[in-house]
Amino acid sequence: MGFDQYHEPPEELPPATRTFARLCASLTEEAEAIGWYEQRLAVETDPEAIAVMRDAQGEEFKHFSMDLEFLLRRSPAWREIAEGVLFKSGDIVEHGEEAESETFEGDGADGEPAYLGGSLGIGSLKGALR
Amino acid sequence: MNHLLRSLAPISDDGWKELDDEARERLAPALAARRLVDFSGPHGWGYSATNLGRVAAIKAAPCEGVVGAQRRVLPLVEVRANFELALSELRDIDRGADDADLGPLDKAAHQIAVAENKSVFHGWKGAMEGIVEASPHKGIALGNKPDAYRRPVAEAVERLLHSGIGGPYGLALGGEEYQRVVEGAEHGGYPLLEHLRKIIDGPIVWAPGVGGAVLVSLRGGDFVFESGQDLSIGYSSHDGETVSLYLEESFSFHVATPEAAVPLS
Repeated sequence: MGFDQYHEPPEELPPATRTFARLCASLTEEAEAIGWYEQRLAVETDPEAIAVMRDAQGEEFKHFSMDLEFLLRRSPAWREIAEGVLFKSGDIVEHGEEAESETFEGDGADGEPAYLGGSLGIGSLKGALR
Repeated sequence: MNHLLRSLAPISDDGWKELDDEARERLAPALAARRLVDFSGPHGWGYSATNLGRVAAIKAAPCEGVVGAQRRVLPLVEVRANFELALSELRDIDRGADDADLGPLDKAAHQIAVAENKSVFHGWKGAMEGIVEASPHKGIALGNKPDAYRRPVAEAVERLLHSGIGGPYGLALGGEEYQRVVEGAEHGGYPLLEHLRKIIDGPIVWAPGVGGAVLVSLRGGDFVFESGQDLSIGYSSHDGETVSLYLEESFSFHVATPEAAVPLS
């Protein structure tokens, strides 16, 4: 495993990007663990073992959700799209296409991406090098 | 179109991109508070108040048999820096000019960054309490000689540790103090900037608008800057010669752990 979450040389990446990459890696691991528990639960017959694994899988649900919320707070465009897709009934693909289009194709004559809302998109500078 | 009314301005898409890029370039180095405190949001222009999780008692009740309390909130402030640009300069940008005179925008960017820094570190009377005025620590004298800065900064670190406030720490330096540190070297030529970085295990930040210096913990959860509308350029009006624009943001600032900062002056 080591430092596999970095796709570029870590020393060239700003701290905020390294943190973002760590949480992306954590999100992946939590999703994998959820899938593993789902498979184990599907074949287990001992009720006590099932109860333990259900509890463990619940922990992974929590961890995945926390990782996702952190990443969405750091990525306005990702958050904008997620808000158009998550917790909605209806056609998932349709919602995804609409959310992507609304996020990146602008909301008016000045061509601003909607997720910026006309703002300069500066946000937090904690961890920025300069 | 939102409240910024940008599409009503006589400015092309290329012109807006140039103005936004210029503003980001000027603002980022000067926005010291955002490098040192937690940032929440942006929550949008319609967001008006920060939840403090507290209530105030209401003496009167609407009828017998009930009691009431009113939620306390911290209202956001709106800050605006107006500026005017010559339309001829904007037309030159459309022609490909890379040296358009955007001085008024640069000045407004610096002014609003100073306003943000001052509000966070020194407060805004009647609107919010700043880090320095909230800190229970007695200010430490920094002096005028940069080669004597090590001791007071180390003393400030020790004071935070003594209060149970963990690091890493960040040091906000006012304009004069920052210049002294950058120019300073100790006996043997070792840069003072590097030595101070090692002492605090964190960044040294240029903070225009800050008087003296402030050491703050970067561990998180101690200082919260809540953004409504993040910094944006909006449109006011225009005539045949000039266009009137403004830089604007809305925010609140809340100190959760007053002892997590030590002022130096």
